[in-house]
Amino acid sequence: MRSNRHQITVRLAAADDRVGWREAARRLDQAEIDPADVAWLVDDVQSDLFSGRPGEPSATPVAVNDKARADVQQPGRATASSALQHGRRVPRAFIELTDAMLLHSDTGRFDLAYRLLVRLRREPALLAVAADPDVARALRLAKAVRRDQHKMKAFVRFRKVTEPTTGSDVFIAWFEPEHHIIAATAPFFAGRFSNQRWSILSPQCSMHWDTKCLQRSCGAQRSDWPTQDAMETAWRTYFASIFNPARLNERAMAAEMPRKYWRNLPEAADIPQLVATAPGRVASMIDPVTEKPAGA
Amino acid sequence: MAHLDTTGKLAILADAAKYDASCASSAAPRRTSLGGTGVGSTGGSGICHAYAPDGRCISLLKILLTNVCVFDCAYCINRASSNVRRARFTAEEVVGLTLDFYKRNYIEGLFLSSGIIRSSNYTMEQVVRVARMLRQDHDFRGYIHLKTIPDADPALIEEAGRYADRLSINVELPRAESFPRLAPEKQPDRIEATMGGLARRIGEAKAARRESRRAPLFAPAGQSTQLIVGADGASDAEIMSASRRLYESFRLKRVYYSAYSPIPASSSLLPAAPPPLLREHRLYQADWLTRFYGYSLAEIVGSMRQGMLDLAADPKLVWALANRQCFPVDINRADREMLLRVPGLGVRSVGRILSSRRHRTLRFEDLSRLTRSAERARPFVVTADSHPGQSLDGPMIDQPRNASRVPEPARRASHHTGGSQLELFAA
Repeated sequence: MRSNRHQITVRLAAADDRVGWREAARRLDQAEIDPADVAWLVDDVQSDLFSGRPGEPSATPVAVNDKARADVQQPGRATASSALQHGRRVPRAFIELTDAMLLHSDTGRFDLAYRLLVRLRREPALLAVAADPDVARALRLAKAVRRDQHKMKAFVRFRKVTEPTTGSDVFIAWFEPEHHIIAATAPFFAGRFSNQRWSILSPQCSMHWDTKCLQRSCGAQRSDWPTQDAMETAWRTYFASIFNPARLNERAMAAEMPRKYWRNLPEAADIPQLVATAPGRVASMIDPVTEKPAGA
Repeated sequence: MAHLDTTGKLAILADAAKYDASCASSAAPRRTSLGGTGVGSTGGSGICHAYAPDGRCISLLKILLTNVCVFDCAYCINRASSNVRRARFTAEEVVGLTLDFYKRNYIEGLFLSSGIIRSSNYTMEQVVRVARMLRQDHDFRGYIHLKTIPDADPALIEEAGRYADRLSINVELPRAESFPRLAPEKQPDRIEATMGGLARRIGEAKAARRESRRAPLFAPAGQSTQLIVGADGASDAEIMSASRRLYESFRLKRVYYSAYSPIPASSSLLPAAPPPLLREHRLYQADWLTRFYGYSLAEIVGSMRQGMLDLAADPKLVWALANRQCFPVDINRADREMLLRVPGLGVRSVGRILSSRRHRTLRFEDLSRLTRSAERARPFVVTADSHPGQSLDGPMIDQPRNASRVPEPARRASHHTGGSQLELFAA
């Protein structure tokens, strides 16, 4: 281990602090600091094991002006490309790659991204070499993050709560991602549900939309999620009815909808019973009492 | 008929819709609800919000407006002579369900179809009305897929295309001569005439959009259709030819293949046993090879046996085994076209090989960083440090990804195929 060699410690504000990483990486790179001499730490209350005391649950408002609205539609793009603008030029592919990989839960991600940035100086075509071990690892991290983001877009389930005082509706979801994707994926939901108030709660951080602004607050607990929604009976009815018992294929289902997500999907509660009763239902279709195939 | 509430109707009308394989929410233009009054966004490759225990994607609320139908298609659960329970949604019920599901992030949008009630025009009018309410009254900006009723008034189809991202008409029977027997009320030439009309309008609207951003949209996510596999005796070769012709004549986004599935109280005109689901899967694989991997239809058909795809091995492997003289392929020199023919290499891996090898000579270790299925490719490739002739001891042609989907007997057969193949590269 070379960790005792570290001369510079960079403290990032949060586990998903991509802007902070870019700012620091730009300065380190300008000063030609060797990646081996940098230690990356996260000050995040949720994920920094050494911080000791829980921080105040402060909400950080993210103003949505016209420019930010454009960001909402093109998540990450505008802020991403400007962060390194003042320094040297980097390939667009690097911005896109780090946009994703820096959200991974792998503790070595900041170090890997900075190493790639430094290597790009001497090897400008480095990112085209997917066979390079550093590039291959970065691509793997980015892919895992994008998949996690995709699954968040798919598996978030809102439950509607009507506030007794105002009579207005709020939609609340609870989601447990693998990586630090909640804030980065929230603009998608702002673009989709822009005229309804919603909150997505998660262990790492929570995001809130009041129809104008996205706000970030600290992590929540599953018990903060309302326990029911009036539409869930209809949704579960749909899930059960669209299923074709003659095509039972649990493995394909679980490959795309891994079991770890099931506890937060209301419809998943019905899966065991749908699977168990499928063979009987098929048998009654193939051997119909009502109409026997003539001449078969 | 006893009174049904909306959820009771949903159970019937979702069950009635599930034999339509399409649930795609892709290819729609980018839009959000920002600046609007309703919900919804589209763009990108579509999202599957759940998977049913049959492994199928649930992306849209896929329902029929009604399963009452004057047609009597033998393969259809909703045919006039079926004793299935009937229901009919009001337009308001469909709109309410769509919005309520959408707001909770259950779905990407609505796929609305209907049994034929009274007439083509009346049915189409009811379907269009739902879409109009969603778009105009509720500023719904999610995905809408509408089933188009052949022979409906062009004005109605025009309106449908304004609201819908995708339109579809299902051909269902691969053989034209099967219609009189299995779907007596359907006229294949009328179906194709309507599809031709859609293709023309989609093309015109696209061209107009290139001229002006303000030109009105018409089904921007294109049209698709479905062919039933195993209902009318058509071979895989016939199905693939029918599919090719449909793709070419109507510039379809997708032809779906749906293995005929047993339905309650099925008609005696249909085969007693359903086709293996694997057959449907093989057709999709072969379809993919002709559309994205540069294989000609003749090549695929040429490697079939008696017009049928091999259930035991995927069509790419079958082609490779039948064309051994083309292998092994040199990863460092072969052109894209040939790399795409290596079992185990997909479009993305090939792209990575091409860009990587411009900067370094690839060894087998590099290949395994570029693709997860390097071991599958091993018997078919030469790298800087490996040649299939050098490592012929183990079971060379394994196909873990395919094998996992193949039922037990078929999997054994595919290993057998793999085994018998080894001698070839030894020479």
